[in-house]
Amino acid sequence: MDQSKIRNFCIVAHIDHGKSTLADRMIEKTGVLTSREMQNQVLDNMDIERERGITIKSQAVRMIYKAKDGEEYTFNMIDTPGHVDFGYEVSRSLAACDGAILVVDATQGVEAQTLANVYMALDHDLDVFPVINKIDLPSAQPQEVKDEIEDVIGIEAQDAPLISAKNGIGIEEVLEAVVQKIPAPNGDAGKPLTALIFDSIYDSYRGVIVFVRVRDGVLKKGMKVRFMATGAESEVVEVGYFGPGRFIPNDELTAGDVGYFTASIKNIQDTRVGDTVTDSASPCAEALPGYKKVMPMVYCGLYPADSAHYSDLRDALEKLQLNDASLFYEPETSQALGFGFRAGFLGLLHLEVIQERLEREYDLNLVTTAPGVVYKVHKNDGTVFDLTNPSNLPDPTEIEYMEEPMVNGEIMVTTDYVGAIMQLCQERRGKYISTDYIEQTRAILKYELPLNEIIYDFFDALKSRSRGYASFDYELKGYERSDLVKLDILINREEVDALSFIVHKDGAYERGRKMCEKLKEEIPRHLFEVPIQAAVGGKIIARETVKAYRKDVLAKCYGGDITRKKKLLEKQKEGKKKMRQIGNVEVPQVAFLSVLKLDSTD
Amino acid sequence: MNNELSLYVHIPFCVRKCLYCDFLSFGDKESLMDDYFKALSKELKESAGDYRDREVKTVFFGGGTPSLPNAVYICNILADIKENYILSKDAEISLELNPGTASFDKMRSYRDVGFNRLSIGIQSFNDEELKRLGRIHDSKTAVRTYEDAVRAGFDNINIDIMSALPGQSVESYIDTLNKAVKLDPEHISAYSLIIEEGTPFFDMDLDLPGEDADRDMYHKTAKILNEYGYHRYEISNYAKDGFDCRHNKVYWKRENYLGLGLGAASLVDNVRFSNTRDMAEYISLSKDGIKREREELSVRAQTEEFMFLGLRLTEGIRTDDFNREFGKTVFDVYDEVIDKYLMMSLLELRDKDMNITCDKKKAAYLRLSERGFDVCNTVMADFLL
Repeated sequence: MDQSKIRNFCIVAHIDHGKSTLADRMIEKTGVLTSREMQNQVLDNMDIERERGITIKSQAVRMIYKAKDGEEYTFNMIDTPGHVDFGYEVSRSLAACDGAILVVDATQGVEAQTLANVYMALDHDLDVFPVINKIDLPSAQPQEVKDEIEDVIGIEAQDAPLISAKNGIGIEEVLEAVVQKIPAPNGDAGKPLTALIFDSIYDSYRGVIVFVRVRDGVLKKGMKVRFMATGAESEVVEVGYFGPGRFIPNDELTAGDVGYFTASIKNIQDTRVGDTVTDSASPCAEALPGYKKVMPMVYCGLYPADSAHYSDLRDALEKLQLNDASLFYEPETSQALGFGFRAGFLGLLHLEVIQERLEREYDLNLVTTAPGVVYKVHKNDGTVFDLTNPSNLPDPTEIEYMEEPMVNGEIMVTTDYVGAIMQLCQERRGKYISTDYIEQTRAILKYELPLNEIIYDFFDALKSRSRGYASFDYELKGYERSDLVKLDILINREEVDALSFIVHKDGAYERGRKMCEKLKEEIPRHLFEVPIQAAVGGKIIARETVKAYRKDVLAKCYGGDITRKKKLLEKQKEGKKKMRQIGNVEVPQVAFLSVLKLDSTD
Repeated sequence: MNNELSLYVHIPFCVRKCLYCDFLSFGDKESLMDDYFKALSKELKESAGDYRDREVKTVFFGGGTPSLPNAVYICNILADIKENYILSKDAEISLELNPGTASFDKMRSYRDVGFNRLSIGIQSFNDEELKRLGRIHDSKTAVRTYEDAVRAGFDNINIDIMSALPGQSVESYIDTLNKAVKLDPEHISAYSLIIEEGTPFFDMDLDLPGEDADRDMYHKTAKILNEYGYHRYEISNYAKDGFDCRHNKVYWKRENYLGLGLGAASLVDNVRFSNTRDMAEYISLSKDGIKREREELSVRAQTEEFMFLGLRLTEGIRTDDFNREFGKTVFDVYDEVIDKYLMMSLLELRDKDMNITCDKKKAAYLRLSERGFDVCNTVMADFLL
């Protein structure tokens, strides 16, 4: 195919600025899909995405557009996630593109993630052009937003298309701008094959389906390819393009193309996202630069509710990792929960999404332990190690000091709530940096915050204290020395390793007390009294008691209707199964996440 | 045992439905009475053929309010039963009766046709409590009804009373208990109120006694009734010696019973089934047409039922019965669960003379301890396999 007629691009935007809707309209306008086939958001085909209204996994779609110059152009649009947790995925999607459309909400203007995403696009040498969305809303201020884009981001914005993706206004203009403003690929079809893997999924019939952007050369059915990082080789079975929601097989992909191939690859490990695929017969000289490796920021334990499902969980994690290279996991054992995994995530939302996908797509019943961050432990013997699981904290006497990760946080909030949000940041050990007023009614608060203070319920607290008017963005700043202790929880006098967590010394009592209160609510009453205690270094700092129940009787059983009575007992027994046995005590699975909900009692 | 049978006859009519009532009964279907009794008569006649060789040991007319319809209806049904089934000479024939619906004459009629046991739904002798429950009677009517029953010739009478009622204090409950005892009935059923989903009580903001008060009432019931010569033979049932309700025990011992009437449940030769709960269906269909939810009990289900029903009885389950029924000992199947609860003193073993024992070989009975009764659902649920 003629490379000059190809445009590979993505859309970047702050969350909720209308990226997915614009993508849908473009697909409609290019006529790949009839209106009847259009679901509300064609690109977001995972259940969770639909429900939450966010885009998680990057996906690609190919469209054919007949431009005003009379030529037909092939557009490969690669969808990217908007949330800060998914920066890594944005990055790898960008690597497959030559340009980006920046969507800015005409009522909101430039927001924290707008900037983050644009800078990432510019980092990848992409040409970015803006479009102003939601111009049909009464509060739209297109001219102000254009000026803001030029001021804040420094890209030309005066001729930005003014559109309403929701109502299909200005879409033609966007398509035309793609032709005019996004550069065509400049690969060489005559060179040896060089293709970048930007995603992959597992299909039980076809094996791994690899998503690639071909830089140079040709990828054909029947040829033998090599994965440069792993050295694995396979024969290509099928190549093709991305239709909306389906694969369209084709004979080959040439330089500049975006598409997929299958090669009967059963071993998930062989195809690493970011790796380069080349021709086994005449390999390219060197691999394309991969993506920067992203370190997980948040860790938690993932355990099957039923220990018999350990291997199912392992298989599921393996498959998820295939198209989410940022997911990290390794086996671990807990006295309370048995065999499971310690998993690392980019952020709390990422954790929740993975947890939900494991439960929905793989039908697993999980126990998740409280998320924690990575601490640096400096021991007396001069060694330093990364602590990802609180139970691995050495004896305090062996520790010289500990460090915790800090973030630079930016909170955009309407001026009415500045006071409430400042209070919240202070409660979370935030260090105040500055307040910038962008407009009369909006301010950006800058704080340095310990990461472990924002991974639990910070977002919820932020929302509730600002009535939803605050938005939060952060980036990792580095490590700082901190006075940290391990808080242990004892249920019926037995220490439960899965409930231990690291906390700042000053907050230990408060957290311990709230933990005990919360657990008291979560743990059902037993035939005996169950003490719940919080301890630091073996010293009890808080205690609650779950009283024994005194009555559990069905007094009347009428007219020989036994079936109903049995159902009641069965329900009772079923309820028990959803519990974890710790000593003699049955603990519901949600209790392991109690620490997440401590602020809600405020 | 195979040639024995009990009959349960359901009469779903009431003056009005009580606020806590979860049973299959109606306060607004009196116009259907005639049709209902015709259908009931038809059902019992059509069913009789299947039980030709069985002797009926107990009959129980429950409701609803069996004493509400004209006595002729009830007497005719009993006559039909006598005509179509082999009723044993000493059969226990009970009828449930609510104060305010049964006159002396009505009770005379019941007695004349052969009813020999009455169960009177008094519930409380406190008029405030009765009103809150939505009962139609007051305590004076209750006492008069009881006295009428005795005058009518009944010498085997049960009184139903309830504890844990909204606004009920321990003192007020004990007052009810004492008043019940004063009437000197042969049998007392003392239930603690359960708030069931779907009843008006479920959605009401009720001032219910706490768990401690509830248990206090339960324990005092056993204590006081015992002083007056009533022994507890089941979780909620107390009787003078020789007056245990035989029909009641059929359920707990899993003997055969046939339920007749709307929604009535049956157990015959380890098959459970029940009638439709839809009045129009019941009236219009044949005896096979109304059968619902037929379940042939697996050995596992039989074993589970044996345990959780048998444990309701004060004497518990008889280890010999278990052996005979299932060809192995109860410890072969449930050793772990039994040990767990023996250790927690919620279960206990008794030898053939009803003395406590620790020796499983000597154990003739496995039963709930006094504390075990308080939390019996927890224990019973663990006997589900």
